[in-house]
Amino acid sequence: MTTAALAEQHARQSHPAPSSLPEPGYAARLAHVSKSFGPQQILDDIGLDVAPGEFVTLLGASGCGKSTLLNLVAGLDRPSAGEIDVPGGRPALMFQEHALFPWLTAGRNIELALKLRGLPKSERREEAERLLGLVRLRGAHRKRVHELSGGMRQRVALARALAQDSRLLLMDEPFAALDAITRDVLHEELTRIWAETKVSVLFVTHNVREAVRLAQRVVLLSSRPGRIAREWEVGFPQPRRIEDTDVAGLSVEITEQLRGEIRRHGRHD
Amino acid sequence: MAGTTEDRRDGERTAAGPGGGSGADDAAGEDGLAGLEAGLDALDTRTTTRQPLGRLLREKVLPPVLAVVLVLGLWQLAFELHLKPDYQLPSPKMVWDALAEEWYKGTILGVVWQSVSRGALGFLVALVVGTPLGLLVARVKPVRAAIGPILSGLQSLPSVAWVPAAIIWFGLTDATIYTVVLLGAVPSIANGLVAGVDRIDPLHLRAGKVIGATGLRGLWHVLLPAALPGYIAGLKQGWAFSWRSLMAAELIATSPELGSGLGQLLETGRSYQDMPLVLGAILLILMVGIAIELLIFAPVERRVLRQRGLLR
Ligand SMILES: Nc1ncnc2c1ncn2[C@@H]1O[C@H](COP(=O)(O)OP(=O)(O)OP(=O)(O)O)[C@@H](O)[C@H]1O
Ligand SMILES: [Mg+2]
Repeated sequence: MTTAALAEQHARQSHPAPSSLPEPGYAARLAHVSKSFGPQQILDDIGLDVAPGEFVTLLGASGCGKSTLLNLVAGLDRPSAGEIDVPGGRPALMFQEHALFPWLTAGRNIELALKLRGLPKSERREEAERLLGLVRLRGAHRKRVHELSGGMRQRVALARALAQDSRLLLMDEPFAALDAITRDVLHEELTRIWAETKVSVLFVTHNVREAVRLAQRVVLLSSRPGRIAREWEVGFPQPRRIEDTDVAGLSVEITEQLRGEIRRHGRHD
Repeated sequence: MAGTTEDRRDGERTAAGPGGGSGADDAAGEDGLAGLEAGLDALDTRTTTRQPLGRLLREKVLPPVLAVVLVLGLWQLAFELHLKPDYQLPSPKMVWDALAEEWYKGTILGVVWQSVSRGALGFLVALVVGTPLGLLVARVKPVRAAIGPILSGLQSLPSVAWVPAAIIWFGLTDATIYTVVLLGAVPSIANGLVAGVDRIDPLHLRAGKVIGATGLRGLWHVLLPAALPGYIAGLKQGWAFSWRSLMAAELIATSPELGSGLGQLLETGRSYQDMPLVLGAILLILMVGIAIELLIFAPVERRVLRQRGLLR
């Protein structure tokens, strides 16, 4: 009740400074969130909490509104109804494409995020080097974006997202465009970085294996309109691998459910 | 769905063949991951290298030189064949002599400088006016609806059409010349910036917002640098329009108070029926245009495009 009252208190989409508030029990809270584009309802009555330090993957068929939901949490768009509360300040967001600025070097991309966060100039260079080290790209500071491989670009993009020092990291299919081996490697890196930084992650994907490989909790979104269909707690310890048998087992179950969701539309249409 | 089936196949392979290729990585642990990553990075890294000087000369300098030599040869040939009387079609040598004569009079540098400084000043003022105008049109919807089409229309209106109006407003003064130059260059610069802003990848704007580049900081750190290639193209065109508007204005608005620029030199040649001088003046006008392009705009543009990997 108290947290609900707290959520009411904030204006929609407000990202107040973390210090000014008593610590709430969540990194993000969505309550009765709906979103329509014109007459088309995309999201319907979404309720979701992401606990501090939790890793949640959001799973759903193509076009079910996953990106729309992340944009709402990121404050890039407003919900048609409902409340979104992100107490830890502006969330970081990583896109499917790297979205790095091609007019800056890899290091300068990160330094720009640090600058906009308010870090003094004298500390930016060193902090950018540290973040590049975190994604194992020490020495890539002066590289231009077009000189980097797809995997390296996504790692720089991850470093830039981490540079915001936000307590919530939103990821919108960040590895979907990568080849399988590179994706595997980045899964391992992300798991390691998540454990090191204790950041909360809301990770969107339509790849069931990826969802189970990474998450503590998998949330399945139905399509048209997007509703929360089911949730699974993933108990197996990290580090996991995408080819582990328990990952595979749960993936089969979730895939069945996802197929059921998709089939349901075939019958309705 | 494709991803799921692909992953399932991976899974089966691992189950069927334990101790396969992936086993080595497991044993190596963290080092194995870092090593794998380093391998992937090394396999897929591009570096852009500059062309060697010799090849640059052969591919970029030789062709235009050959083209000029060819044109001069054809011109000389036409002269030798007496296609037209000498006073209508002088030889390259006669044009050269006419220019040399101007040079020995000691006035030619002043003439060129008069025009170039006017063109540069007009261009800079056009830059100062056109940039905010372009930003307004690009980012403020009602402004775009109101003056966007007019701005594009103005770009296709030959600015020489403004000369009579400007003379009626300002008489034979510098103000007339600068008015014509501005009306020629401002629309190009503004439209270039609008095109540059329109071509920005919306993803970059959203990424900027996410990392906190909003308002003026968004303008400075994201919008302007993202629009730079289009903006530079607009500046290039803006200079071209400044220069040709200036020549039109100088050619028509001739008076002693206005001093003597390249346009006036052209008009002098015409009034004396001095074809070598006319052709010489045309060549000078052309050469100034080429020089400004090669010395100022081309290097800036190349640099910007190379930084972004848009140039091989
Ligand atoms: N700005 C918009 N205006 C109108 N419709 C939109 C807009 N943005 C998204 N949509 C629609 O909303 C639906 C959900 O889109 P969204 O991008 O959120 O899906 P998604 O789950 O991220 O899909 P994918 O897996 O393909 O990325 C789609 O049908 C899309 O056409
Ligand atoms: Mg999407």
